[in-house]
Amino acid sequence: MRTDLILRIGTKLILPFILLFALYVQFHGDFGPGGGFQAGVITAGSVILLAITFGLESAKRIAPQVLIERMVPLGVLIYAGTGVVGLLLGKNYLDYSVLSQDAAHGRELGIFLVEVGVLITVAGTMTALFYAFVERER
Amino acid sequence: MVLLTLLAVITIAIVRQRSLFGVVILAGIYSFLMASILIVLDAVDVAMTEASVGAGVSTVLLLATLHLTKTTENPPIHRNLIPLCLSLVTGVALVWGTLVLPPFGTADAPIHKHVVPRYLTQTIKETNVPNAVTSVLADYRGYDTLGETTVIFTAGIGVMLLLRGRRKAERAERKSGKRA
Repeated sequence: MRTDLILRIGTKLILPFILLFALYVQFHGDFGPGGGFQAGVITAGSVILLAITFGLESAKRIAPQVLIERMVPLGVLIYAGTGVVGLLLGKNYLDYSVLSQDAAHGRELGIFLVEVGVLITVAGTMTALFYAFVERER
Repeated sequence: MVLLTLLAVITIAIVRQRSLFGVVILAGIYSFLMASILIVLDAVDVAMTEASVGAGVSTVLLLATLHLTKTTENPPIHRNLIPLCLSLVTGVALVWGTLVLPPFGTADAPIHKHVVPRYLTQTIKETNVPNAVTSVLADYRGYDTLGETTVIFTAGIGVMLLLRGRRKAERAERKSGKRA
């Protein structure tokens, strides 16, 4: 594995594009196919690819275990918190129209925030699962 | 049709395959075929999920699991006639159920009459989001997606607790064993 030059260079070349694609899927999800779930899985995939080619240690330098484990509940909190804002401002739970003066714009913003929450939880969970499985043998 | 035939071939191959490594790879191929079928059906969002989750992450996770266990399946000890009958009956019942569904692709099927017209025509006016899939997922049906996110959260926490908790217990056992 240490001498697999083509794999290592190829991974280095392709990783930024995977992450860029994940961001595209995330933020272009309002217009084209995609959204938080798909983007989260692609982000986790890039970390997993890094771990497979360069070893778990270098993956953990970029995505530390502590951060990954914080991400799992953080995303759900962002999602649920966005809902609570609607509740506090006098509307129903998960009613995003209160987030801005213009109701449609508020809902757009709400969708954006909620998708960010989904991205964080999914990316965190998938990476954490992979870490848990790989570490199991040690 | 070609894709569906390939899907059936892969399924039979998965059933007949004894090497679990082969099964995992075939399952990945199955997911990619499924994603292609979903693209043909114009369900691009679902196809994307199927390709990334079914073919990508779950293949990797299954391979990681294989790394921890044996890679060949044990031959079955006894003939499983009752499960076979059960799955055949269920399958026939499901196919029988589809017979009374409206024909595939009809525009005036009940499912297209209820809330779908509002979602499709009002999504830009009400949410500024042209992709109806996204606005339905995150806004109109926000509760469902919140539930899904919570399910992922719960599953992740559960697996982490199970795998890591046991690892810590093993380590503690090893330590106490050395002392004794």
